[in-house]
Amino acid sequence: MSSAFPLMANSGAAASSTAKVTAQNPAMSASGANTLRMKVTKLDFFYGKHHALHNVSLEVATNKVTALIGPSGCGKSTLLRTLNRMHETLRHTRLEGEITLDGVNILTLDVTKLRRLVGMVFQKPNPFPKSIYDNVAYGLRINGHAGRLDDAVEKSLRRAALWDEVKDKLQKSAYALSGGQQQRLCIARALAVDPEVLLLDEPCSALDPVNTAKIEELLFELKPTCTLVIVTHNMQQAARVSDSTAFMLNGDLIEFSPTGHMFTTPSDPRTEAYITGRFG
Amino acid sequence: MSIRLLWRKSLNVFMLSLTGLCALLTVSALFFILGYLLWNGGKDLSWSFFTRLPAPVGEVGGGMANAILGTMKLLLLAALIGVPIGLLGGVYLAEFGGRTVPFLVRYTADLMNGVPSIVMGIFAYALVVMPMHHFSTLAGGFALGIMVIPTVLRNTESFLRDVPRALREGSFALGANKWRMVATVVLPAASRGILTGVLLALARVAGETAPLIFTAFGNRYWSPGWLQPTSSLPVIIYTYATGPYEDWHRQAWAAGLVLLGLVLVTNITVRAFLSRGISYERT
Repeated sequence: MSSAFPLMANSGAAASSTAKVTAQNPAMSASGANTLRMKVTKLDFFYGKHHALHNVSLEVATNKVTALIGPSGCGKSTLLRTLNRMHETLRHTRLEGEITLDGVNILTLDVTKLRRLVGMVFQKPNPFPKSIYDNVAYGLRINGHAGRLDDAVEKSLRRAALWDEVKDKLQKSAYALSGGQQQRLCIARALAVDPEVLLLDEPCSALDPVNTAKIEELLFELKPTCTLVIVTHNMQQAARVSDSTAFMLNGDLIEFSPTGHMFTTPSDPRTEAYITGRFG
Repeated sequence: MSIRLLWRKSLNVFMLSLTGLCALLTVSALFFILGYLLWNGGKDLSWSFFTRLPAPVGEVGGGMANAILGTMKLLLLAALIGVPIGLLGGVYLAEFGGRTVPFLVRYTADLMNGVPSIVMGIFAYALVVMPMHHFSTLAGGFALGIMVIPTVLRNTESFLRDVPRALREGSFALGANKWRMVATVVLPAASRGILTGVLLALARVAGETAPLIFTAFGNRYWSPGWLQPTSSLPVIIYTYATGPYEDWHRQAWAAGLVLLGLVLVTNITVRAFLSRGISYERT
């Protein structure tokens, strides 16, 4: 991983935002949050014969940021993708255990409805080969939007902090945007259908530090209206943006605690070894 | 050491010129054909060639208006019959098929691509001409349409497979079901490649003579509707080029030029139209 001293290695602005996060919720307990949006109970997941997740239990607090960290191949992306049943697009996958959204088992929901409620942003920006406008309007159109499309598109682009940069070129190709703008467009596209939860799968791994900072800032702005779950390779990012953090290793959830707690006094020696950069 | 380097450098130069030469040969063949057609057929092209019927034997002049229109009608029918089947079949193979059925369909399509075109003509003869008891535009269009299917099918499949998984997931993640995803993201993303394949397939059958000889047959006059025999450019080129008259030979050259021009103009128009769309980024 990147640094041996994740909390000290932050530069200027990043360090101050870390301080802000850790300061504002030192007492928050991951499981004790009074409203729970999603709950994963005793989840086992298989790719064919490969047992990818072992007995994972996790709680996602409403309007908070939950980060999943761990070395490559630890199962954090797999866990994230079970939350909107994205794993079903792959063959030979099997899931045991229970995942609930607002108390309802997600396996009993219609999958298209579930994915409207639980949106997703991917590792690499993946705008559709359409105009900026059509990208944002996509989810609204396929789900049958009642109101004025223009207003909804503008609102989503504003929420994703992209409106001012694109308002004069809405009919231009989405590929004319920079990588960072494309990723914010993908966030706007996901926000357009007004999801309750937004899953982010390493959303900054293809971006430079400036664009990463913009996305992180955006996460703070979205938090009051949306529950966020973010997978990240970058421990400093987890420390900066999240309220609680789950550390995973080889398909096991090793530790799940408030972020401030995890990065200062990890309770498991393996967590400590990972966040201090001794492996991974 | 320096001998080694010299050897490697000269090998590099040799291979580079060899590939360049081959590329040049390919392109020059095309330009040679185009130039030859222009040289031989260009001088016999006139307005009446496009507007008048063939002149009676022994009389100089006349045109091939009926053959030009006939070829257009045949190609339209071929497209109407072959493109939807090939396109939707390709969608099935790429997006919905399991393992066994697509394998069989793919194998059959590749075999069909290798079937001599005259056999396709016999097939259309047995299936359309025999029951109707006469030759027709419909039978010719049917023969050509069958020939279009395998090309469109395989081409559509391969272009659909090329659409990145990331785009599909992006659509699924917004609550699209599979048909929605294919129709709104994958097909538009692959549309340019698919249409190019359709054009190539149609261009290929535009020049087919054998399957038309005993389906569309030929006609010295206008062909009313779709159920009568019709003249077509390839068949009339074949007839005129092998005929005994000097005037026919010249007209055959001109017809060849018109056929090539027809294919070229459609190709360029559609491509120009397509280039205005947005294609996905290849990585």
